[in-house]
Amino acid sequence: MEGVRFLLCGDCALTVEFGNEISSEINSRVKWLFDSLCRKPVKGVRECVPTFRSLAVYYDPCVISFDKLERKIKKRLDGMSDTAAQSARVIKIPVCYCEQFGEDLAFVAKHAGMSTDEVIRLHSGTDYLIYMLGFLPGFAYLGGLDKRLVTPRLESPRTLIPQGSVGIGGEQTGIYPIASPGGWQLIGRTPVRPYDAKRQPPILYNAGDYIRFVPISLEEYSRIEALVKNGEYECEWEELRGECV
Amino acid sequence: MSMKITFPGALTTVQDLGRFGSMRFGFPASGAMDTDSARIANLLADNDEREAVLEMTMLGIKASFDSDCVIVLTGADMTPEINGEPIPMYAALEVRAGDILALSAAKSGLRCYMAVSGGFDIPSVMGSFSTNLKCAVGGFNGRALKAGDVLDFRTQQDTLFGISARRLEEDEIPRHDEFIRVVLGPQDDYFTDEGVSTFLSQVYTLSNASDRMGVRLEGESIQAKAKSDIISDGIALGSVQIPASGKPIIMMADRQTTGGYAKIATVISADIPSLAQKKPGDSIRFKAVDIKQAQKIYIAHERWFRNFAVSLMRS
Repeated sequence: MEGVRFLLCGDCALTVEFGNEISSEINSRVKWLFDSLCRKPVKGVRECVPTFRSLAVYYDPCVISFDKLERKIKKRLDGMSDTAAQSARVIKIPVCYCEQFGEDLAFVAKHAGMSTDEVIRLHSGTDYLIYMLGFLPGFAYLGGLDKRLVTPRLESPRTLIPQGSVGIGGEQTGIYPIASPGGWQLIGRTPVRPYDAKRQPPILYNAGDYIRFVPISLEEYSRIEALVKNGEYECEWEELRGECV
Repeated sequence: MSMKITFPGALTTVQDLGRFGSMRFGFPASGAMDTDSARIANLLADNDEREAVLEMTMLGIKASFDSDCVIVLTGADMTPEINGEPIPMYAALEVRAGDILALSAAKSGLRCYMAVSGGFDIPSVMGSFSTNLKCAVGGFNGRALKAGDVLDFRTQQDTLFGISARRLEEDEIPRHDEFIRVVLGPQDDYFTDEGVSTFLSQVYTLSNASDRMGVRLEGESIQAKAKSDIISDGIALGSVQIPASGKPIIMMADRQTTGGYAKIATVISADIPSLAQKKPGDSIRFKAVDIKQAQKIYIAHERWFRNFAVSLMRS
């Protein structure tokens, strides 16, 4: 594989780096290797963490050395097929876009020079690629925000943003999986919990999946919130074909 | 079969060797900062080395026991006493119902560990007993211990077979060096030659802002070629991040799984415990080893633990 770098991360981790930019093409290679190592594990590999443009591989040096693992992964990469043919899934996350949950919805609309309805239509009209999970449990770094919705972060971050808040920060958009300080412009909230330690699996989605935000009313929000509380709500999934990846 | 915390110390949490398998979801590994001490405490207590232990930071706990049990203390010396009498560390000790355990401020080192034979009765969350304070999960109700907390034991164990031999001799107790060994990379090429040589030659001092997430260092700034920001990638335990200030931050047990600062080097696994026992104000120096040496050291370190476990089984 041309241009792939193997970076040393101490005695029990390495990073396989596929490039130095954020693109869905590079990210799909990361996903390919990640899936490959999940399906057919290499002995001694403990855990892998996919990121924007690289895969962190944690391993046990008592079982496999850096040199040997590098050779094995290189061999695996030689067999890499057309990553564009990978299928993908999209999870539908219900979001109540309203003034009550989206304190900055009006500001985002004003900044974009459009109505709040138009902001909601654009924001919920895209399937966002989950490039990676990080920062907080279940925090998804999403790609695909419409350029017209790009809005600078708040000048001074809020000290506590409620769990489930949906926001825009610069060119990024996403969900706060747990209550946390943050500087994003808030446009709505989901009653769904992207992260719940007591649920199996604790995190709803994986890197490489897509997220689609589905606008719901305040009544619908309350109804789903009650179901989520009882562990009775499941998000809808839809299969996507290769050409979207 | 329990102990009651009457004084919780400065920061006491339940930890094990870490929560693995969920880092890809953004879930920090957590776990004991000084895993050597946690493992030794468990092995001396005749536990699996992955059992839950208490990690006390800077200032130890005071607690009373409602039943007989066997405990082991390792790591920082917090001058432990039972009923006012000094007790040894790195040794399995019989405790009787009604006894009072009292630890003070750390005399040497920073973190003291306590294991109980049979283990603490703590529910496992996502495959681990470790407390993750930020997410408020794991360990004892997802938080640090408070006065009045009661920690249950899983079994009643008034002694252990061959208990007097379940100890480490003075010369076997891990020593902590000023030198911290690192493997350069993954982003050492983001720094000038001068920057790398500053990193490997200067003395750095632990800042007060160090915590379970990261050891923050004061000292000469490390020069980057241009920006030291990268497109976020994975952060291994011991990664030495260099933010714009040029002052290193070593990523520890509670580190986030991914981050956007260039990492000049990674501390080798065998030296993480030394780092975990350094206090704010202590100084360290970095020394580079190549990956082959680093993995040899790793294997030798694990072999020591295997032999130690076997020797305890024989005694």
